[in-house]
Amino acid sequence: MAMTMTEQILARASGKAEVRPGDNVWVRADVLMTHDVCGPGTIGIFKREFGEHARVWDRERVVLIPDHYIFTADEKCHRNVDILREFARVQELPHYYDVGSDAYKGVCHIALAEEGHTRPGEVLFGTDSHTCTAGAFNEFATGIGNTDAAFVLGTGTLLVKVPATMRVVFEGEFPPYVLAKDLILHVIGDIGVDGATYQAMEFGGEAVARLTMEERMTLCNMVIEAGGKNGIIEADETTLTYLRGRTSKPFAPVAPDAGARYVVVKRYDARTLEPTVARPHSPDNRAVARDLSHVRLTRAYIGSCTGGKTTDFINAARIMRGHRVAVDTFLVPATTEISRAIRTERIEGKTLLEIFQEAGCTISLEASCAACLGGPKDTFGRINGPEVCISTTNRNFPGRMGAKEGQVYLASPYTVAASALTGRITDPRDFLGA
Amino acid sequence: MAESTTVTKTAIIRGRVFVLGDNVDTDQIIPAQYLNLVPTIPEEYEKLGSHALVGLLDAPRFVPEGATKTLYPILVAGRNFGCGSSREHAPIAIGAAGGRAVVAESYARIFFRNCVATGELYPVESPTRLVGEFVIGDEAELDLDASTITNLRTGKRFALSPLGDARPVIDAGGLFAYARRSGMIPGAPTSGAGVADSGASVPVNRAVED
Repeated sequence: MAMTMTEQILARASGKAEVRPGDNVWVRADVLMTHDVCGPGTIGIFKREFGEHARVWDRERVVLIPDHYIFTADEKCHRNVDILREFARVQELPHYYDVGSDAYKGVCHIALAEEGHTRPGEVLFGTDSHTCTAGAFNEFATGIGNTDAAFVLGTGTLLVKVPATMRVVFEGEFPPYVLAKDLILHVIGDIGVDGATYQAMEFGGEAVARLTMEERMTLCNMVIEAGGKNGIIEADETTLTYLRGRTSKPFAPVAPDAGARYVVVKRYDARTLEPTVARPHSPDNRAVARDLSHVRLTRAYIGSCTGGKTTDFINAARIMRGHRVAVDTFLVPATTEISRAIRTERIEGKTLLEIFQEAGCTISLEASCAACLGGPKDTFGRINGPEVCISTTNRNFPGRMGAKEGQVYLASPYTVAASALTGRITDPRDFLGA
Repeated sequence: MAESTTVTKTAIIRGRVFVLGDNVDTDQIIPAQYLNLVPTIPEEYEKLGSHALVGLLDAPRFVPEGATKTLYPILVAGRNFGCGSSREHAPIAIGAAGGRAVVAESYARIFFRNCVATGELYPVESPTRLVGEFVIGDEAELDLDASTITNLRTGKRFALSPLGDARPVIDAGGLFAYARRSGMIPGAPTSGAGVADSGASVPVNRAVED
């Protein structure tokens, strides 16, 4: 039977010749990732269920990445990192990225890719809903809870229901003012925040093939905002180039079989897409940026796994270069590698850092999830009152970035940067000369 | 299920109803500032319960100020309940507060799965929209065998979708208890869902020790 990419990976990982949507199969995990927010609970369940001295199923396949609540005075947050550290020590886990050490990375989804833990054809489970980001690397990657993660830690397997696949095709070429964030906000606006529930979202088409790995990660990152179980993209030369030098393990990419069955195939003409915004308080509350020029902002935010990568900062800097922001603008890199890039990448002689400083941005060079999900009160960029914020992050449910009184508009790095300069939601074409 | 470390098969859940709308996400169920709490630590499990649903906009409190338990064991909601993050803290917070079942039109995938894996909550699906059929504080009877919910104020009874394979897992107290019972993984269960009540049971055969 012809299978989609997701079906092929799950068949392979469950030792079956074929699987169909709806089948419940026991899948072998290639990698399990957890972080400081869900790791301690996962470890607690693991010890309770497998024994205080039980060993993880495969120490090479467990990746611990503290990233959420790092730069805070909150004692429990520190305690939680201590739990990860101790578990890594006792279990002799080689892939632990400790806070306060040179190994520290920052946001797990980007760190996984940078450190070579994302490989085509593999199965990645993570205790974070944005684990789906790694589907950009042609693997099955999905978020799970602590109990499931503890089960994987002990057994290396998990019972998974094979999702049906929705195929999303972007034909043609994107206009230069449209970014991956606009695409995914457009699709979510189209199908709704539960439009892909229990489904795999497979992205294809000429426009997707032209995207960089970081942009593909943005696309797959937000499938969870439509309820998707995973996002997935075919591997190509762009994928292989990114992976070269990051992983030395063998891997086997998958491509859709001819005749693979989809629940639905959605086709978009990339050329007609516009800078897109999700209004409060839902990622599917879609509008185009130019229709929202009446919305006055009090702050802007650029960061997170969705919108805090090197490309995202380069794109923001292109807009901000030579201008001053009109509202408080908070910038935080997802990882330490990106933090370095902010200091070293240049546009016409100026580093990104210089461009942002001259624009009057408030910059943290300490990589973490920061205010994307609010967090402890002292989190950098957290919304602590009735702010109106435009952000490159992924969710804008009530209270997502802190105070319930806050309002969050989601947009691309171009649109957020342009809006930061005017203090109103602004179509980036006003600054890109398009 | 937190109060029980033994297996209890629940058929009827009777009590007051808390009513919610569509797309109640996990940030509203348990705001991220409380994710410093670790659910496997008993006092932090209780604390998670005290914060259950404090992120809701324009809604009364699910758990009274200063209390750790809710007056509402049954939640009735609209579409896509539990969307957003994979935090298991979400079903745990509701369960720790004394919530026992949600009856919603649909669920986000990870939340549903976490309800089953933890055994904290019965996530029951309703083929019809029930949000308008209940007001907060109504007494209701949820019958998991018959797959019905009855509003005892109005007397109206509504058919629900059977829980199917999820039911015995939650009855058992979650994934681990169920998997051991059915021989999927070796060893005796330590305890059911929620907090491990140390001393409540003695594991006779540790599973994956080296």
